[in-house]
Amino acid sequence: MRNYETTFIVDPTLSGDEIKATAQAYVDNLQKEGCEIVFVDEMGLRTLAYDINNRNNGVYYCVEYTAPNGAFLKNFELGMRRDERILRFLTVALDKYGVQYNADKRAGKIGKAKRHKQEKPAKTEPAAHGISRKKADSPHLSGVPSGDAESFKEEE
Amino acid sequence: MASRDDIKFLSNPKIGGRRRKYCRFRRYGIKYIDYKDPDFLLTFVNEQGKILPRRITGNSLKYQRKVASAIKRARHLAMLPYVTDLLK
Repeated sequence: MRNYETTFIVDPTLSGDEIKATAQAYVDNLQKEGCEIVFVDEMGLRTLAYDINNRNNGVYYCVEYTAPNGAFLKNFELGMRRDERILRFLTVALDKYGVQYNADKRAGKIGKAKRHKQEKPAKTEPAAHGISRKKADSPHLSGVPSGDAESFKEEE
Repeated sequence: MASRDDIKFLSNPKIGGRRRKYCRFRRYGIKYIDYKDPDFLLTFVNEQGKILPRRITGNSLKYQRKVASAIKRARHLAMLPYVTDLLK
């Protein structure tokens, strides 16, 4: 069995029912091909970073599923490519970490992990200082843009 | 005359030492980089939406490759722009 994830953007000018029907049609299509749907994520209406077909926003859907093999993909993607209601799509094969990530995300663990991240630097701080002090003893290590590295830490 | 050991501590050794870069994915055990999370990916692009090099982000090669492919996927799905200005 292989794990896949297909993200697609539905035309937002359709009515709400039509959008749902479009997404449902592809989910049904997958099930017909023998795929097992793990999760359908309605990411909702988002603004596009650039215009596609003169639309500046789109309704995002993300379907995670397992398939016995990759044979269905050709027809599945061909159908999407020909469908004018679909602005964009992307199918990705998930590795075990991707599957784990999606499971954690559904369980709501990902947000926690980010908070956990903020706690961690405090713990590792002394070690980092130890390294920098050692480096400072040797004279030639300064002047390389430290501003960037700092700004990254702040963003975290 | 000051011996070699005295000279060593005449200046504060912490001043001028740059903060060491590190790979955040290795340090925090992040194994998967989600291409559907543009806010996170924004930390790896510059104002024009270009992917930042490893020498600035400090990512290890393995994760820099994953970051790059995640950004490219996000661009395809119009979550990140291909070209822009004043992104941040």
